[in-house]
Amino acid sequence: MNSEVSLKVDNLRTYFKVRRPHLFAEQPTVYAVDGVSFEIASGRTLGLVGESGCGKSTTAFSVLRLVEPTSGSVVLKGTDICRLNENDLRNYRRHMQIIFQDPYSSMNPRTTAGEIIRTPLKILKIGTPEEQHERVEELLSLVGLRPEQKKLYPHQFSGGQRQRICVARALAPNPDFIVCDEPVSALDVAIQSQILNLLARLQREFGLTYLFISHDMAVVQHICDEIAVMYLGRIVEKADRRSLFLDVKHPYTKALLSAVPSMDKEAKRSSTALKGDVPSPMDPPSGCHFHTRCPFAEKRCSMEIPELREVHPNHWVACHLV
Amino acid sequence: MKQESLLQVKGLSVDFSTKAGNVRVLNQLDLHLLPGEALGIVGESGCGKSMTALSIMRLVPVPPGNIATGQILLNGTDVLQLTESEMEDIRGNEISMIFQEPMTSLNPVFTIGTQVSENIRRHQSKNSAQAKEKTLQMLEAVGIPAPKQRINQYPHELSGGMRQRIMIAMALSCQPSVLIADEPTTALDVTIQAQIFELLRQIQAEMGTSVILITHDMSVIAEFADRVAVMYAGRKIEEGLVRDIIDNPRHPYTQGLINCVPVLKTDPGTERVELNEIPGVVPSMAQLGTGCSFAPRCHKAIDRCYEEVPPEVTVGENHCASCWRVGEIA
Amino acid sequence: MSNREKTDAAVRPDRPLAELWHMFFANKAAVLGLVLWLLVITTAVFGLTIHPGDPFAMVGAPMTPPGEEFLLGTDYLGRDVLTGIIHGASVTLAIGFSATVCTAIIGVTIGVLAGYYGRWVDNLLMRVTEFFQVLPPMLFVMVLISLFTPSIYLIVLAIAVVSWTGMARLARAEFLKIKEMEYVKAERAMGARNASIMAKVILPNALPPLIVAIALNVGTAILFEAALSFLGLGDPNAFSWGYMIGSSREYIWDSWWTITFPGFAIFLTVLGVSLVGDGLNDALNPKLREL
Repeated sequence: MNSEVSLKVDNLRTYFKVRRPHLFAEQPTVYAVDGVSFEIASGRTLGLVGESGCGKSTTAFSVLRLVEPTSGSVVLKGTDICRLNENDLRNYRRHMQIIFQDPYSSMNPRTTAGEIIRTPLKILKIGTPEEQHERVEELLSLVGLRPEQKKLYPHQFSGGQRQRICVARALAPNPDFIVCDEPVSALDVAIQSQILNLLARLQREFGLTYLFISHDMAVVQHICDEIAVMYLGRIVEKADRRSLFLDVKHPYTKALLSAVPSMDKEAKRSSTALKGDVPSPMDPPSGCHFHTRCPFAEKRCSMEIPELREVHPNHWVACHLV
Repeated sequence: MKQESLLQVKGLSVDFSTKAGNVRVLNQLDLHLLPGEALGIVGESGCGKSMTALSIMRLVPVPPGNIATGQILLNGTDVLQLTESEMEDIRGNEISMIFQEPMTSLNPVFTIGTQVSENIRRHQSKNSAQAKEKTLQMLEAVGIPAPKQRINQYPHELSGGMRQRIMIAMALSCQPSVLIADEPTTALDVTIQAQIFELLRQIQAEMGTSVILITHDMSVIAEFADRVAVMYAGRKIEEGLVRDIIDNPRHPYTQGLINCVPVLKTDPGTERVELNEIPGVVPSMAQLGTGCSFAPRCHKAIDRCYEEVPPEVTVGENHCASCWRVGEIA
Repeated sequence: MSNREKTDAAVRPDRPLAELWHMFFANKAAVLGLVLWLLVITTAVFGLTIHPGDPFAMVGAPMTPPGEEFLLGTDYLGRDVLTGIIHGASVTLAIGFSATVCTAIIGVTIGVLAGYYGRWVDNLLMRVTEFFQVLPPMLFVMVLISLFTPSIYLIVLAIAVVSWTGMARLARAEFLKIKEMEYVKAERAMGARNASIMAKVILPNALPPLIVAIALNVGTAILFEAALSFLGLGDPNAFSWGYMIGSSREYIWDSWWTITFPGFAIFLTVLGVSLVGDGLNDALNPKLREL
């Protein structure tokens, strides 16, 4: 097994300043990503799980520097992305690509599928126009579409087909690393499995490294080798797939798991539903961010920030009670 | 013992006229809903499940839409024969609907208090103080914390889950006998989804409302519904009690829908496994050929499937399916 | 496998331009507007070959009513009104179009920069826009023109200076909306430069409402020029329809034709512009194009 580290994110922080509520107020800060660290081995998938507003997408965008991180480092195959200047970053983008959640809005509605897939090749100046067109046809068949469909516009495809086009576009420049930002959440379950299988097949074929963002534990369990659970900008639990599901430690991870609808007779209608919404990242709760919704919270939880510590080999948890 | 149906759809066909000609988007649909029951309608996008809901609400745009044949009986009255103003009294009062996008189905320029109480005043002769009282009561009932403050807020100040709760409060404010929920949780996180279903279950138990739940996710059906109708390309292809369908699906499409759901395991093992998938895409309604419309995606299709539409066959108590090979598939 | 083949036939490449034409021509009012436009343009291009003459030349008795000698009569100096209308068509159109081009260039550039870059760029440019918006346009143009010698170029520029603000706000709003779309983010993730994202990705998607605004602006510019000429602030060497009305305004009770015919010409042109603009608006609106 290849265990060479492909991506190493160290203590990544992304803060946003937002508009002050009135003239003399202090300018509020959103702690969207607050000290996140993880590694992904080459050819493997790390799943980043959490509810909306927990900072998982901001983490992904910061890793790609689509959002400027406030501090920390992102090292992809030995290159620190956070230190690249704008020009080098642009050229370096061929190594890292992204697949978005919504296949409807992530494609320019005025360009054909072929042009959409060709865009990264054009921007990054890879190959002659003839070579680019050949590559587009090759990519289309790779993702399970027919080459003649390159002439069609996005609205002429179904949701699943559109996501296939987005996958082809991400693959076009031969990247090593792809961020999948909730790539199946907007799709029907029946189509979801097609796209997940496609992503898995492409990973095997090309040795791709994925950072897979999702809010659905069941999906993450199927596609990821390592899983990190995020809550309000921090990682609360991190482990490889087997250790995580065999022995779930953090109460938040447990809650996420129990929310997944199940078809089993026994499990039916016995959910320990999380109460309420994710608190605002503008004004996060003190101590352990999760203490406001945690059924086991103690006094200590609202005072001290729990550290992410290794409780078993390669199983990290940030909770005072573990 | 045969229970009286609250809502009955009989032989409903809906056409849409498009540039490509007349397209039949619903084809001879039969459904029934018992009092207090939760009926699930499941299928992929474009299979006609939302159109079914719109037809029941009489919200199909005419033209281009046209209800070609059939009856929709609500307590024995055919709603298709009612005038528009009679229908307005039924909508929001007898039958309510909640939609997929809680963001766009609330009016952004009015406070949520105004929107909920407006619906109450429209259908019940109440003055504004009474309507406000009722609004607070409804918000309380759907689990909105601090309803007194919330009624003065605008939709954008609330989270997606909260907005969906407001939609439910609005839909239930006149104690409808039927609530249609069209993919109510698709735009929400799984944690919020669990909360919403918890709420719907609780309301159903308290108010005895019958619910039609429309979704593409079989596991959601398993969590919530009592009975399920599986739809494909404008037709109902299988119907039965949820447990019967999940334990013993008879139509290959239903089997596909059940098998493609990723199942959460306590021990997922170290190796990743491929998910089962239904190959291909839903056909465009304008391009349906003869025969069973699922045949091109079906791994069990035989020649006959491409030639003739399979009839509905009873395969068990309250369980029927439309497939030529239903006898061999068990 | 009849089902499979049929699915393929359904997905044919569509031609957005052809569809646009189709929508446009289905709209009777829009077609009428287009006919009016073509009429004015034909008059401007071919009019003088059919009915040659110098509009400033005094060719007959002053204030001859419309009749056999002069189809539309003569004005108080004995100048032929028909020659004036034909000549005025090209002047009026030239001013209308060039003022609109200038308006669009200023407005779209400022709106695009403000909408795309946001933050302080947006703040600065929008304050400038507001400054221009609060000035009463007519007075502002009059001041501008009276500072310098009135010439056709100055008038074009002055009209553009007072009318770009609406265009800028529209372009900014569209850019603000579209730059949040995921496909713009996708483009950035692929390493596209700002200039290319603005010009090749966002602008084409922002174009439909801008095209409509530009078409309608032609009408406004023509009216503006007419008003200026009426007030005697036009270029005295440019024989526009506004100039015709303006110069004859004292004789309105004695020779109705000197004002009515150029006034009618302005009315028809602006009507044509509005109808075409509305037609484009409907044809470019993707919601109306479904089904």
